Amino acid sequence: MDTKEIIKPENRVYGKSPVLTDVVMHYCPGCSHGVIHKLIAEVIEEMGIQEKTIGVSPVGCAVFAYNYLHIDWQQAAHGRAPAVATATKRLYPDKYVFTYQGDGDLAAIGTAETIHACNRGENIVIIFINNAIYGMTGGQMSPLTLEGQVTATTPLGRRADLNGYPLKITDLVAQLEGTCYVTRQSVQNAGAVRKAKKAIRKAFENSAGGKGTSFIEMVSSCNSGWKLTPVAANRWMEENLFPFYPIGDLKDK
Amino acid sequence: MAMKGAIVVDREKCKGCGVCVVNCPVQVIALTKEVNGKGYPMADMARPEACTGCANCATVCPDSVITVYRVKV
Repeated sequence: MDTKEIIKPENRVYGKSPVLTDVVMHYCPGCSHGVIHKLIAEVIEEMGIQEKTIGVSPVGCAVFAYNYLHIDWQQAAHGRAPAVATATKRLYPDKYVFTYQGDGDLAAIGTAETIHACNRGENIVIIFINNAIYGMTGGQMSPLTLEGQVTATTPLGRRADLNGYPLKITDLVAQLEGTCYVTRQSVQNAGAVRKAKKAIRKAFENSAGGKGTSFIEMVSSCNSGWKLTPVAANRWMEENLFPFYPIGDLKDK
Repeated sequence: MAMKGAIVVDREKCKGCGVCVVNCPVQVIALTKEVNGKGYPMADMARPEACTGCANCATVCPDSVITVYRVKV
């Protein structure tokens, strides 16, 4: 059968979600942000909640997320997304409110806001992109940088005696009574993407059910910051980040 | 029952990251030698006869530039 005979509207099985805008994303080729944006868009589309979703974007590469998803957005000061999301959800309890934050935003300057929002059990979804560096500003060490990992500010590798230990913030928030669902996912291959989408869907459903805070860590690649090709960055992530940040549910109640 | 598939790539939006190439289970996709307006090589069906329309390529595409079509034959 010729390719032209297959390419017909009635045979279409997968394509871009209408919740995504037509703007070309500014992310580097192969960036995990694009995949995660797409998953959020697909979950919003499937749940039919486009008019009822409010995102809170962080400071970091994903600050321009409002250009890419056709939903309402609120910008927060660096690290303060969970505090802004708390207010938004309390003022509009029938809306679905989520924050989208990187590791420098959520686990460094925003640690207090994150931990207290999770401890209060706010009915929000926190999507946490962990690429183990500050990607936007040129690949500096973040709290989640691995020991020995070379970054712009740790050219000889992170040293625990000088720079401290990597912060497993997801394990920390899993200890808190307010969180109902804490999971760690990734998007480097098709199977992982499908699991990550299920996790996002579950988190949004928890938010509607008033069960507490849902926290999804996405172990992601930053190929520009790591100075690798997109495919090699995904492999490096599997070999180095996954042993320290193992994929799977930490808490589901 | 066999499946036949095909993909359409939005060539101007593709950034040539190659994540789809390694995620294709039947090695259908390759990057082109020529580049688009942004200077990136593009994903392209190098072996269209092998495509099963599994949509793995589109699932992992960060820029949502791949549309997948599938028919039963």
